[in-house]
Amino acid sequence: MRRAFSLWLPLLAFALFLLFPFYWMVLTSIKPNSELVSVTANPFWVSHPTLDHIKFLLSRTSYPRWFWNTMAVAAGATALSVPVSFSAAFALARVRFRGAEGVSIGIYVAYLIPPAILFIPLADVMLKLGWFDRLWALIPIYSTFLVPFCTWLLVGYLKSIPRELEEAAMVDGASRLRILFAVILPLSVPGLISAFIFCFTLSWNEYLYALVFMSSPENKTVPVGLATELVRGDIYQWGPLMAGALLGSLPVIVIYFFFVEHYVAGMSGALKG
Amino acid sequence: MRRLSLAFDRGPLLATLMLLPAAALLGGLLAFPLALGVLLGFKDATIGDPGSFIGLQNYRYLLTDPVFRITALNTALYTLVTVLFKLGLGLALALILNQRFAGYRFWRSVLLLPYVVPTVLSAFAWWWILDPQFSFISWALVKLGVLDRNVNFLGNSCLARASLMVANIWRGIPFFTVGYLAGLQAIPKELHEAAAIDGAGDWQIFWQITWILLLPLTTILTIFSAIFTFTDFQLIWTITRGGPANATHLFVTLAYQRAIPGGAMGEGAAIAGFTLPFLALLAWAALGALRTQA
Repeated sequence: MRRAFSLWLPLLAFALFLLFPFYWMVLTSIKPNSELVSVTANPFWVSHPTLDHIKFLLSRTSYPRWFWNTMAVAAGATALSVPVSFSAAFALARVRFRGAEGVSIGIYVAYLIPPAILFIPLADVMLKLGWFDRLWALIPIYSTFLVPFCTWLLVGYLKSIPRELEEAAMVDGASRLRILFAVILPLSVPGLISAFIFCFTLSWNEYLYALVFMSSPENKTVPVGLATELVRGDIYQWGPLMAGALLGSLPVIVIYFFFVEHYVAGMSGALKG
Repeated sequence: MRRLSLAFDRGPLLATLMLLPAAALLGGLLAFPLALGVLLGFKDATIGDPGSFIGLQNYRYLLTDPVFRITALNTALYTLVTVLFKLGLGLALALILNQRFAGYRFWRSVLLLPYVVPTVLSAFAWWWILDPQFSFISWALVKLGVLDRNVNFLGNSCLARASLMVANIWRGIPFFTVGYLAGLQAIPKELHEAAAIDGAGDWQIFWQITWILLLPLTTILTIFSAIFTFTDFQLIWTITRGGPANATHLFVTLAYQRAIPGGAMGEGAAIAGFTLPFLALLAWAALGALRTQA
């Protein structure tokens, strides 16, 4: 009885609040238009589920293209950022050199600089470089928020690997490069998985840069495409919009559920000094 | 290979080589634009026109601009209210999840979803939930006889602000929950047991042991959340675009509106410039908090 009040009731309340928007998203994406605009039908249920919205989205809009764009940019940004971050993190956590402290603080500050204050001057830089409306340009751009975050995460991780392992290898005459690949890298796999997941999900989540820097419909990412091509005038296409939001969330949700423990460890790890 | 290997064994050279790619990316696409942005704030630049230096004119103009003033107030209110609620609710959820029970992993994974799902995509769902004609909230309130007509959530400035806050709180709760769960698991069980033996009640144990031990973590979580909240763009731009009548802008949505669709790059950069002192202050505070924790 006590447990009902201390655990199950509050848990249920949280679940209702936190999960309802997802239920609404799923429900809307399979609800026919006639039921969506009906004032008499019960809004919480669907009597004639339909796949029309999803079909419309996949055949009548550029959605598949946006989906692959997002996938390619996320994969590219991850492939660029994880090695760069690992390399920097190794230098900061494992190599003794003057100025390490200063560089660490610089990385940390870079992590806290939000894209929100960079997009205006970056737009200028992009124009000058001729990178405007070029999909691949988002890869180096995204690395500016992925690299600080992952470096921060991996430094914390690398610091937890005992130095004795490295020293033992050194006594055995192994070079630093060999130690890096034979000792440190295999032990860093869990940290690297966290870094991969965060790079991928953060890239998939990005909106502002893609909104400002991509203009032609074939170069848009899922959030930008939905917001700019499906939301027009006063007629909102709620069904396809929700279907698009749902399909667009799936890659992130799938990866998240596969690696929940890594995700959670990464999230709390990023809060440590 | 042997030579490369030897070079790698020298500390400073190795460190420089390994930091080089990160430094090049962050220097060129982060530090340089940041400096450029600060300069841009002192220019009358527009899209396609680099403009010339006009001193503090952008900043002076903004301080007299009623829309900017409302935006500054909004940003402060939005950050204060949502961070408080996210902290309180996030901690409450962490305390609930921290009890051992069947299905713990499932519930934890599922309840973190608002934070995982791309913000713009979940914001679409909120936008639809808040629709003036078809909101289920209106439907339910009318059916129950509480109201006689639909609520126009996003048509009235106060309601629109409150709605955005709810959506932001919804998204941000899991951030605090994850942080606090890690913090709670680090507190030795013996402390609570000892206090219980001494006759302390649940509330007493919470406020005098748990809360006190979580304080350093609370500081860090609050600062991080504050930084990400007051520079929020996605939720606001998706749900209200700063409307109705510019009532729900935050610094970043206003900067975007003026600089990109509006073309006033200098003015937009100055709006972003206003956030820099706050950011610097928060970053400095966070650094201090991280050091004391470590």
